[in-house]
Amino acid sequence: MPTTEARPRFFHLTALLLGLMLLGACQGDYPQSSIDPRTDFAETIHSLYVQVTVWTLAILVVVWGVLAYVVIRFRENPNRPAPKQTHGHLGLEIAWTIVPALIVVAIAIPTIRAVFETQTELEGDPLIVEIIGHRYWWEVRYPESGVTTANEIHLPAGRPVTLQMNSADVVHSFWVPQLGGKRDVNPLRRVGPEGEVRGYTYLYFTVREPGVFLGQCAEFCGEGHSLMRMRVVAESESDFNAWLADWQEPSATATAPPPPQDTTIQTPAEDPLVTLGRQTLFTSTCVACHAIQGAPAVGVLGPNLTRIGGRMTIGAGLLENTPENLFRWIKDPASIKPGVQMPGAQEGGGGFPPTNLTDDQIRAIAAYLSSLR
Amino acid sequence: MSDTAVAEDHHYTATGLPTWKVGFWTFLGSECLFFASLISTYMVYKGASTTGPFPADVLNIPLTSVSTFVLLMSSLAMVLALDGVRRGDKRLASFWLAMVIVLGGTFLGFQVYEFTHFVHEGLTISGNVFGSSFFVLTGFHGAHVTVGVIWMTVLFIMSLRGKLTPAEALKVEIAGLYWHFVDIVWIVIFTLIYLLQ
Amino acid sequence: MSAHNNGIWSWITTVDHKRIGVMYFVTALVFFVIAGVEALVIRIQLWRPENDFISAETYSQMFTMHGTTMIFLVAMPMAVAFFNFIVPLQIGARDVAFPRLNALSYWTFLFGGIFLNSSFLFGAAPNTSWVAYANLTSSQFSPGHNVDFWLLGLSILGISSIMGGVNFITTIINLRAPGMKLMRMPLFTWMTLVTSFILVTALPVLAVALILLAFDRFFGANFYQPMAGGDPILWQHLFWIFGHPEVYILILPSFGVISDVIPTFSRKPLFGYPIVVYAGIMIGFLGWGVWSHHMFTTGLGPIADAFFVASTMIIAIPTGVKICNWIATMWGGQIRFTTAMLYCIGLLAIFTLGGLSGIMHASAPIDLQQHDTHFVVAHFHYVVAGGVMMGLFAGLYYWFPKVTGRFMDERLGKINFWTYFVGFNLTFFPMHISGIYGMPRRTWTYAAELNIALPNMLSTIGAFIFALSALILVYTIIKSAISGEPAGPNPWNAATLEWSIPSPPPHYNFAEIPTVRSREPLWREEERREIEAVTLKVPDVEPVMPNSSYMPILLAFGVALTWGLVMTGKWWAPVIGLSYVGVCILMWAFEDPFARKGA
Repeated sequence: MPTTEARPRFFHLTALLLGLMLLGACQGDYPQSSIDPRTDFAETIHSLYVQVTVWTLAILVVVWGVLAYVVIRFRENPNRPAPKQTHGHLGLEIAWTIVPALIVVAIAIPTIRAVFETQTELEGDPLIVEIIGHRYWWEVRYPESGVTTANEIHLPAGRPVTLQMNSADVVHSFWVPQLGGKRDVNPLRRVGPEGEVRGYTYLYFTVREPGVFLGQCAEFCGEGHSLMRMRVVAESESDFNAWLADWQEPSATATAPPPPQDTTIQTPAEDPLVTLGRQTLFTSTCVACHAIQGAPAVGVLGPNLTRIGGRMTIGAGLLENTPENLFRWIKDPASIKPGVQMPGAQEGGGGFPPTNLTDDQIRAIAAYLSSLR
Repeated sequence: MSDTAVAEDHHYTATGLPTWKVGFWTFLGSECLFFASLISTYMVYKGASTTGPFPADVLNIPLTSVSTFVLLMSSLAMVLALDGVRRGDKRLASFWLAMVIVLGGTFLGFQVYEFTHFVHEGLTISGNVFGSSFFVLTGFHGAHVTVGVIWMTVLFIMSLRGKLTPAEALKVEIAGLYWHFVDIVWIVIFTLIYLLQ
Repeated sequence: MSAHNNGIWSWITTVDHKRIGVMYFVTALVFFVIAGVEALVIRIQLWRPENDFISAETYSQMFTMHGTTMIFLVAMPMAVAFFNFIVPLQIGARDVAFPRLNALSYWTFLFGGIFLNSSFLFGAAPNTSWVAYANLTSSQFSPGHNVDFWLLGLSILGISSIMGGVNFITTIINLRAPGMKLMRMPLFTWMTLVTSFILVTALPVLAVALILLAFDRFFGANFYQPMAGGDPILWQHLFWIFGHPEVYILILPSFGVISDVIPTFSRKPLFGYPIVVYAGIMIGFLGWGVWSHHMFTTGLGPIADAFFVASTMIIAIPTGVKICNWIATMWGGQIRFTTAMLYCIGLLAIFTLGGLSGIMHASAPIDLQQHDTHFVVAHFHYVVAGGVMMGLFAGLYYWFPKVTGRFMDERLGKINFWTYFVGFNLTFFPMHISGIYGMPRRTWTYAAELNIALPNMLSTIGAFIFALSALILVYTIIKSAISGEPAGPNPWNAATLEWSIPSPPPHYNFAEIPTVRSREPLWREEERREIEAVTLKVPDVEPVMPNSSYMPILLAFGVALTWGLVMTGKWWAPVIGLSYVGVCILMWAFEDPFARKGA
């Protein structure tokens, strides 16, 4: 039955074509697609990818084609004479050594060019952003302006960016596919008697257009690895600068509003829940790890909560940022993100004892945090 | 050491070499990679410690030169012991095997002294990365020497009992291969750790 | 005579390479089923986004144990099973060079495997992935015994592999029958030789990586501790210096198998024999210079990356040459589609795809996107589950008649192959797609918004078809072993020496050692008659074979015991085990394998 033998290859080809169609169709629906380049870096990789894919598919078609032909043509047939006992052919051997060698060279040259191109800092006043991987969230720092945030990386579109990365604990990997390839985020080493610091890794790219891009940790880092997600928000340069300027100032509700100077002006009274939340937070153990700019909260172990109300998500890209989700998160983060290094109300976490906050207290804290915009 | 089953059964081998010897050379090839990895680790880390003691603070070249010389001499004794066995001279063989044991033991004594002295100076396996890599590398070498000394002791007892006839020379030859290998590894370690700080 | 004895003790004390081969295969098959169950659990968890069929911690244990088991307890020992059974028969030897050492390798492997899996009983199965990157494995970030089980279990298995490698190199170099020159050896024997060389050289590097980790964990050393000057990336280097040659340890035996099977069922000698041999050696050799292509994302800098791009791509050339030669062997032949041959053709088709996606990752910038995603998971399953395992199953169907004297059931075999083929492709092809769309490896779950539920669902369905195939395989083996059609000495009319003796072979293999005069001795009428005259006769006096021995299992137990005692963290505890090992070695040394019972 010759056709049965040929079927696997047809099956393969159909599967492959199906795959390609899937790849080609509806790009927009895949927010973490590695074939939807939005930066110069991603574009370099993508054009290389297309090139190599064409080469490899061509080889695949030839090999499968010949294999299918051989399998059908030379199946056992008593009417044919016994096979000629050939032992080899030098010319053929040379041919099928040289041809793959040439293809390999054709792939290696643009590859090596791209290797150097993608690992060179870009010209034109790049914005330096420091990324620090933590189990299981991302710290983001803008050294030029002193702003620190977490899990949502704001970047200007059109301006070159240098990400300088390191880890606070184990090896992570920074990956936002639409912005380009991943790069490991390694713990810094102290080396030699002078304690020289080594271990930063870098990514260089320019985001083309504003947009929101999804990413996540790509090097297994423990229990919460799959939930160590992030977002990149690329904005026009003016929007980005406005955002940065905002973040350099404390949020309006970070501290209690000053008593009104001029009693004739009607200022709307603050939501009492926010006031309660503020008081509860500052007297809780939360502030041992979290910081809020302008407020008596200066912990550095956990994500910086300045203007957390303005973020899209909480829990490192996990939950939509609503007061209800904040409540769930503060009450029992481990049920949402296994391995999280944060204690809940009843259960400890990350080596810390439970916070022992009541539901009412947590609701108030959530209201306060939501107000920080 | 009599696992020559198939080879001894039919004396024919494809290469003409005793099967035990081929097998043992292969094993030594494996050992080369083992020590190469340990030595590379040491080389990568020797200057990486953030806190002392640093190599220059503790390594004592004159002392180690003496112990290296002792180990080298033990290789010479090994050669003479094998010669004794081959000649069927039980006294000569036993004497030189004893010398290998004494010299090997002396080397180990130097190492024990060195280790205790270093620990006294504050160099420990957990103190800094130089300590970690130094103790693990030289410790594994010392363990190899120890195994060699035990092996030699067994051969020595066999020799005293007259069990090491010239027909059994291969056993001593293989033990000698091991001993010389461990010796050569030490020369590399001595050069890289002590001489080229 | 022990060899005629079939009691359980005769198996435990056996030093017969054929029995050891069978034990290796059966053990590997059991671990194959265990690893398969772990894979199914993984696939059920990934059936839909945000699933919580199992906890994140259990998931980590599942993928770690699945990977570790498949590589160290399935693919490697299954290849070693064939080394054991087939190589001495192919070169005309009565056993391996060191029969007791061979038994020791097996028992050490078995105890290592049990040690590793016993971690489940303590709820502490390894959970840091099969590559176990430092410094996640430090006592600070992995305080439990999970990593201890992994590193100690692996080092026990490493000892077993090194002993096996030494044994097979010596066997192949020294115990070839008269006239069996190196360039007359069957390709499977050749690839066993190359694999064994890689084993004895690559595993010591892993041993050192593990020793350094053990010292970090048990004695507070600083090898992978960044704040004390240590470097977690050293682990990556050491691991992959072992790890890439390991890939060739896995695939070369399968290449050897199909190089023997394809000529048999095409009725033509292997095309370009010397080229296929040299290509195998080249692959084994070049395999040492490519390790950092697993580390393109690590940040080694463009010069290192460029070097490893080049070296990796060069290795594609000998691999391509091999595929061309296999197809050329079939060209002009009379191809018989036995199940063994189907597995060979399946390997050619699937391995080619896996090799080509490998070329994609060899291009470092592309790898920055694909590394550690399901695209890579698809790639290496095409190479390992498609390449390695299909080659080994080809070997199973091919040599089963030699081992048992009975054919594997061909009808069930075809069903086994086609379910394997369909299940395999349905499981792993969609992973290319989920990977391209941003699904990282080793993730317990994925966000619904990534829009990759469909390929994951297909994979899960495929995995169950794949599992069904594995069950059919196990059933076929059992059924055929009991009631398969009897097979003669050379049921496939193959060319190599193992087919010149009765099936199953007598315990001494060859009544008289034949003399070989060509590469395909049984395909040359005159030579075949000459050889069969000595190999098929019943000897007047049976050749003397070594006695069975208790020492291998006792010593192997000591090794596992010593390693287990390391876990106590007390420096003196393993010394107890070591003393026991020392006593065993002495008893071993003074045991005469040819001592006459009662004499």
